Amino acid sequence: MRRNWWKILASLLLIYSIIAGLLLEVPRLPILHETIRNLYFHVPMWFTMIILYLISVIYSIKYLASGDEKHDLLAVEMVNTGIIFGFLGLATGMIWANYTWGAPWPNDPKLNSAAISTLMYLAYVVLRGALDEEQKRARISAVYNIFSFPVMIVLLFILPRMTDSLHPGNGGNPGFNSYDLDSGMRLVFYPAVLAWILVGVWIANLKYRLRLIENNSK
Amino acid sequence: MMKRLFFFLCALLSVFRVPAQVTSDVAIADGLRSSGMIYVVVGVMVIIFIGLLFYLYSMDKRISKIEKIKSSKN
Repeated sequence: MRRNWWKILASLLLIYSIIAGLLLEVPRLPILHETIRNLYFHVPMWFTMIILYLISVIYSIKYLASGDEKHDLLAVEMVNTGIIFGFLGLATGMIWANYTWGAPWPNDPKLNSAAISTLMYLAYVVLRGALDEEQKRARISAVYNIFSFPVMIVLLFILPRMTDSLHPGNGGNPGFNSYDLDSGMRLVFYPAVLAWILVGVWIANLKYRLRLIENNSK
Repeated sequence: MMKRLFFFLCALLSVFRVPAQVTSDVAIADGLRSSGMIYVVVGVMVIIFIGLLFYLYSMDKRISKIEKIKSSKN
């Protein structure tokens, strides 16, 4: 119980974010209408993905320093779970884009960078699959992982801001410029982000433990 | 621990704002909400997520059990 308190916290915050996210008042803005509520559900997917990738990088660095197999396994499962959240982010974003921008995939810099960064992490999985020798695989993929993290940050947060992007938080969209100021939305948004990050870490942790059992029973 | 969690949640819920009367011509689903039907969807989603979280928790429990059996064997 003592060690599992954060799982309960995650569950409660998630349920709270669904109830409050659907029922609380939101700013009335043209184009967006009720879709502004996607902020509570779509954006946390990306936050969770980034945090999972960050944890993965930390364990990759730890692996290079220690050579401990557990660190390598943790790094892998964090990325595996992160990729799932990345795809959820892409899919939810496409539905939203279809109704607010008129197309699921307008060739927007933010979208394309998100797709590239997802492919980059898929390449990490492929790279691991291609190497048979365990220590070599762990070392090479750890280095790859450490390099791809900053590239992902640049792709998602820097490049889209240097050009004009449709995506909220980057430029041209009139709808979202004022959501930053709405403290009512923060009340749901931050708990939602925290809840999804904790759920993501929880799932990754389960996958890691399963893999440990799997490896030990070989 | 649970007490603290409970108070934390109460604190979160206490900031629910009373919806201010905003008159605007931007369409938003007031009709749905006033007729109460949105609560049905909220209820459905809450049930789904409680179910999924419970499922996640039970998987966690099972993995812990296997871990215990394994460690006692070794």
